[in-house]
Amino acid sequence: MKHRLLTGLLMASSILGSAGIALAQDKTLTIESWRNDDLAIWQEKLIPAFEAKNPGIKVTFSPSAPTEYNAALNAKLDAGSAGDLITCRPFTSIDLYGKGQLADLTALPGMENFSDVAKSAWQTDDGKATFCVPMASVIHGFIYNKEAFDKLGIAVPATEEEFFAALDKIKADGTYIPMAMGTKDLWEAATMGYQNIGPNYWKGEEGRLALIKGEQKLTDADWVAPFATLAKWKPYLGDGFEAQSYPDSQNLFTLGRAAIFPAGSWEISTFNTQAQFKMGAFPPPVQKAGDTCYISDHTDIGLGLNPKSANADAAKAFLSWVASPEFATIYANALPGFFSLNSAPVKMEDPLAQEFVSWREKCKPTIRSTYQILSRGTPNLENETWVKSANVINGTETPEAAAAELQKGLDSWFKPAK
Amino acid sequence: MSEQSLEHSQDKRPTRWHIAVFLAPALLVYTAVMILPLFGTLQLSLFRSIDNVQVFTGLENFRTLFGDPRWSNSFWNALGNNTWFFIIHMLVQNPIGILLAALLSSPKLRFSAFYRTAIFIPTILSFVIVGFAWKLILSPLWGVAPNLLDMVGLKSLFVPWLGKEEYALTALSLISVWQFVGIPMMLIYAAMLSIPEEVIEAAECDGVTGFSQFWKIKLPLILPSIGIISILTFVGNFNAFDLIYSAQGALAGPNYATDILGTFLYRTFFGFQLQTGDPNMGATIASMMFFIILTGVCVYLFLIQTRLRRYQF
Repeated sequence: MKHRLLTGLLMASSILGSAGIALAQDKTLTIESWRNDDLAIWQEKLIPAFEAKNPGIKVTFSPSAPTEYNAALNAKLDAGSAGDLITCRPFTSIDLYGKGQLADLTALPGMENFSDVAKSAWQTDDGKATFCVPMASVIHGFIYNKEAFDKLGIAVPATEEEFFAALDKIKADGTYIPMAMGTKDLWEAATMGYQNIGPNYWKGEEGRLALIKGEQKLTDADWVAPFATLAKWKPYLGDGFEAQSYPDSQNLFTLGRAAIFPAGSWEISTFNTQAQFKMGAFPPPVQKAGDTCYISDHTDIGLGLNPKSANADAAKAFLSWVASPEFATIYANALPGFFSLNSAPVKMEDPLAQEFVSWREKCKPTIRSTYQILSRGTPNLENETWVKSANVINGTETPEAAAAELQKGLDSWFKPAK
Repeated sequence: MSEQSLEHSQDKRPTRWHIAVFLAPALLVYTAVMILPLFGTLQLSLFRSIDNVQVFTGLENFRTLFGDPRWSNSFWNALGNNTWFFIIHMLVQNPIGILLAALLSSPKLRFSAFYRTAIFIPTILSFVIVGFAWKLILSPLWGVAPNLLDMVGLKSLFVPWLGKEEYALTALSLISVWQFVGIPMMLIYAAMLSIPEEVIEAAECDGVTGFSQFWKIKLPLILPSIGIISILTFVGNFNAFDLIYSAQGALAGPNYATDILGTFLYRTFFGFQLQTGDPNMGATIASMMFFIILTGVCVYLFLIQTRLRRYQF
């Protein structure tokens, strides 16, 4: 019944849409997004490129604050006032698809440009229906101040031992804060800390999938170890890091007051414009020299279609363009650090972005451990990991206790499929 | 004119329909934006969404809220924090408000209009501005607080208050006190101005002056106003949300140390980051907030207000 209503709505909207063409009126598409940092790039580069090729379609990019995006979007979708195109979070968008608030895009022209792995974040569990066009992934690592490293004669650390030796050296010198990170915003500790260094301990996909299958637990040594390492970061963070927010950390680093920034590749474009010094990047250090390295190459952004859109045809044309190599090239170069998921190779100009993407060759990529399936219930594993990671760095909870709490919360609702 | 007096003389009471007409707009608007949503919330808390269909489950949601250790821990934590938030307001904001009002109403004070305005201004500022400004003031990196303490040689006293579990809630309560101290001040000030001169003169004739005059004459006369302020503070504090949200975010860190009922409700109802919203559990928390406030107000109305002595002049 609901489906028939939906088809009816779609039909009606397409008829209304074509009536619009007959009247030669511009159709306006609105994109809902949490990427308010990208407003300029959409307005100046991406949208003009599309509008030049598709006269008669106007596109508006209307972002909201990242942490409020999901709540705002859900409210708008329920009220029927959401935009035509919806930026999809990885894995959680399946709820919207289940509620009929995202259209099935499996047959969309252009979808064949993406591998199954790229699409996995926006597919039903059986992989039959895809509901968002994959746009970009982000890679975790550490960005460092090259000038500081040169001045202090520090080589880029490859192992954990070298990493802490470097931190000690920076701290002893005293010119720079060794590492720019705060725990006030919580997610910094989890995303830039736990999810950044974690894959080296739980062996990337191997551990992540074992956790979903129930073969491993968060209380296993491989999952507690990253917390133990995070706890060792505390002395290297700046004064009052407990009240240091994410923008504070960014500013500390770009002002040249800190030497190392635990990062996600999305920082590249802002850092490029703000930092006056040369920067480099290194992947999360491995435990022993010669160990296989694992990186978090997280499918982060997709774009889906609101089935209630009045301009579904125009929106589909836009989505097909988003799936094209042309979009991939503009996007990856306009936003260095957001790496295209398109199968077609994309040439990037930015050296820092090239450095990040080169790790795909030598390290095994994985996605953030908490995203797929494990964050569907209450308490939510991702949100709990934020709080626990911050606690561990603050020293208010031991790594073992934090891991035990997380596992207890997960056990309360999650039953691994046998 | 003549018609009216004629009607009066006939002693016929016409239907006073104008009362209904004049009441209607306010009543309708109030019903639409306050009473209906309230009952909507209460109703929502009795349902649960199963496979996208709302199913009536009776008090099941309340049982989860109090029975499930995870939910009940969060709830009691939020209620405890909220109570502390309220206690700080009662112990700091209201006494300071009364003190300021007493000082302002002193006839010897110069520039009292200026002080009155200056102290009241934060009240009209947006929460977002207050939260942001104080976050900057207290910031360990760029804030003026560490520098000011450094100037007087007390740098060692500086703590990143907003990031420490043991201080964050108290710090935020004091920020809220700073913002709202103008309201008790204004109400008490008005009450003090309405104390008749004769009473004060009579007191002076009997030799009751200065502090004992305030304590024995003025304070008993403004007690009803203090009662009103207490209940306003109670309702305001248990409905609070914005300051915590703008300063600490929806997860009310560190480790939920600043989580109050408002932020707990927001997180549950609308969801946060990967957590999807649960309107039914959210409505359950909202209903509990309503009952807590209702109980508080009833206790005040029936037990305290009826015992307050009133003086007629």
